Amino acid sequence: MKSLAELKAIRDKAKADLDLRKENPNAAKVLVGMATCGIAAGARPVLNAFVEEIAKRGLTNDITVTQTGCIGICQYEPVVEIEIPGEEKVTYVKVAPEMVPKIVNDHLVNKNVVTEYTIGAMEK
Amino acid sequence: MRELSLNVMDVAQNSVRAQASLVTISVEESDRDDYLQISVSDNGCGMTEDQVQQVIDPFFTTRTTRKVGLGVPLFKLSAEQTGGSFEIQSTLHVGTTTTARYVKSHVDMTPLGDINDTVKILIQCNPDMDFVFTHTTDLGSFTLDTRELRKVLEGVRLDTPDVLEWISAYLTEQSQIIYGGTDYQ
Repeated sequence: MKSLAELKAIRDKAKADLDLRKENPNAAKVLVGMATCGIAAGARPVLNAFVEEIAKRGLTNDITVTQTGCIGICQYEPVVEIEIPGEEKVTYVKVAPEMVPKIVNDHLVNKNVVTEYTIGAMEK
Repeated sequence: MRELSLNVMDVAQNSVRAQASLVTISVEESDRDDYLQISVSDNGCGMTEDQVQQVIDPFFTTRTTRKVGLGVPLFKLSAEQTGGSFEIQSTLHVGTTTTARYVKSHVDMTPLGDINDTVKILIQCNPDMDFVFTHTTDLGSFTLDTRELRKVLEGVRLDTPDVLEWISAYLTEQSQIIYGGTDYQ
């Protein structure tokens, strides 16, 4: 059974970790479109896939995953925008959970945009 | 929407945009009485009576990025197509409550789906807001209240990965109890 005692242990561990960590101003941002259109197109598993992949690689301090609204290109949902400080924003379209590990590995870790998944590739 | 839990995520997003600090989500279902009722209630900015009429119209939206607003209409449709009902009660500066009631055994009933995942994502993406989630079945009921968790956490954020994992495991466990087994989905 999940108990509050267990939650207290998590709290104590998190507090200990907090001293080692600092707010990271250079954190990259993953924005998953989660308006009606995004949700209907399957954005929820995509967001979960990003969170899992980033946790698996121990990058939770360097990358934040969050939701955003509709940016007006509903036909391309699920849409994911990636913002890395100092670099141009990249918009990935029709993202499926299977594409997520490659985006995390190539783009977020190694800074190579996965061109074939971007909106630029789709519109050609 | 493939699952009602996705409709819930969608309308809860409206509460986020209404600058609510507390969102209460309740799911009440009974095979005995053949109904399922979902209500999403917030303490956000609320709406005037005219605005309530407008959000039911698919061709109304406050957004400028597109011309349609389908969140509420789709939620309403999902309930009405089962012979159920849909209602929005709102008071300006006080908050809004959206209630959808379904006839569970109806052929057009959309499955509830992974409502726990919806709750987890809402907490994860809005760690500064509070959520109260209650799920009731014929077998019992449970509640997750982030205000209670916050008391225990003493400043540790709700979106800390270990905390989210605890929340997720807690929801799974409690769901199994109120569905009377492990393979509830």
